[in-house]
Amino acid sequence: MHERITALIRAERSRILASTIRVANGDFELAEEAVQDACVAALDAWQGGLPDQPRAWLMQVARNKVVDVIRRRVRLRELVADQIEDDATGAIDLVAVPDDRMRLMFTCCHPALAVEAQIALTLHTLGGLTTDEIARAFLVAPPTMAQRLVRAKTKIRAAKIPYEVPEARELGARSDAVMAVLYLIFNEGYAATQGDALVRRELCHEAIRLGHLLVELTGAGRAELGEIAAEAQGLLALMLLHDARRDTRTDVHGDVVLLDQQDRTRWDRAQIDVALAMVPPALRRRGGPGPYALQAAIAALHSAAPTAEATDWQQIAALFAELERRYPSPVVSLNRAVAVAMVEGPAAGLALIEPLADALGEYHLWHATRADLLRRQGDRSRAVEAYRAALAFVGSAPERRFLTRRVEELDGTS
Amino acid sequence: MQYLCLIYQDEKITDAMTPAQQGAFFGGYMQFTKDIRSSGHFVGGDALQPVATATTVRVRDGKITTTDGPFAETREQLGGYYLIEAKDLDDAIAVAARIPSAAHGSIEVRPIQVHANM
Repeated sequence: MHERITALIRAERSRILASTIRVANGDFELAEEAVQDACVAALDAWQGGLPDQPRAWLMQVARNKVVDVIRRRVRLRELVADQIEDDATGAIDLVAVPDDRMRLMFTCCHPALAVEAQIALTLHTLGGLTTDEIARAFLVAPPTMAQRLVRAKTKIRAAKIPYEVPEARELGARSDAVMAVLYLIFNEGYAATQGDALVRRELCHEAIRLGHLLVELTGAGRAELGEIAAEAQGLLALMLLHDARRDTRTDVHGDVVLLDQQDRTRWDRAQIDVALAMVPPALRRRGGPGPYALQAAIAALHSAAPTAEATDWQQIAALFAELERRYPSPVVSLNRAVAVAMVEGPAAGLALIEPLADALGEYHLWHATRADLLRRQGDRSRAVEAYRAALAFVGSAPERRFLTRRVEELDGTS
Repeated sequence: MQYLCLIYQDEKITDAMTPAQQGAFFGGYMQFTKDIRSSGHFVGGDALQPVATATTVRVRDGKITTTDGPFAETREQLGGYYLIEAKDLDDAIAVAARIPSAAHGSIEVRPIQVHANM
């Protein structure tokens, strides 16, 4: 019974917290205490059996607690009495209680908070991660992470960061910020850098879970959320497609396995199918596809190819060209060059890569891509030179070993 | 002639004070405010929330950017101030972004301390 209750509370916590923060007028700390108290009370009260509506039960207890504290705190009895009358007329009607997790998402990802604070707060309130777990995932000391969270919550309260879904005028930019935070969480878990593998996997799962939530909330929300729903599907599909390949990206020694060498039979087909179904609606966004939808479409073409040779590079190059046109960045141009090289040969790729030297001269993948194209062109000595340049900027050990191996292969044959 | 007196201090120093020391320090402020009210010098004044609550607003190429934290560029100089009443931080940021200097300088938005008993 105890385990069932704990699992139920864990599943409901973020939704109850989101609603309680609204009742507490945006006071995160008060709401968190109240939800904590409600959960502790539930563990005791539910031993004999669950109530009819566990969520309503938890919301009611947390809300009563908040109202108690506010009443004691400000002693404005008349004012609070009005509020209580609204809230405490019998049991909570679940249909009438709005899902406040959308507000919570926007407030946690408010641009007036530092990006690290946005990430930590999102994982802490919407995801069920404890301060210690978040600290471990981001390789900082737990007290530092605790302080980061406290500081963020203090700023929300003291500077009065609003607890609401922004107006239509700001919705585009603000939802970009929400999606950026989810993708940062995912990438922190996905990038082959450092840290505990289990914790990093948990970050990916959490980002995907929050991605599902964003799709669900935007799909059911205000009409102007529709465009965000499309791009949210693009983001979710992108994360699912990457995640489906995660186990094949490294070999038993932890070394990098490139996409064309990966064992495609070990990709998570069921997860890929779920993601593939999301790509067409994501691409059909009014006003044209967003950056995540386009990247998801590219990842989808890779995932759908039965073999590396069967990859539709022509289509991928076209999608990168569209991405470059709509959302220009040097890294996108670099990726487009790779795709073009697959279609038209290394010389065409190199012609697109050379002009990026100023922007990407300190990015190891610019040097590594250039090296690979030179190698394919048969220009061994310049390829070795470029691989050495890539080694000067590379961060992770597996990538370093990969580049070193390439240099040795080329040196051995020269 | 009106003058603006800007109070700069290290928050760590006041944070590290004992309650008794803080009491004496803020008592000093209350006394000072009372004195300049009665001498006719006082026009306005407020305490700000700690610097950790600051947001810096800039407008570049017509786009508003907000960053967590106080204004930090040393080559820009304080050129003026507005005290505004805003619904919340989003409202305040929207107003701050309309200050003409936001297009090349920086506007630091700091909440004023509100005393619960007022």
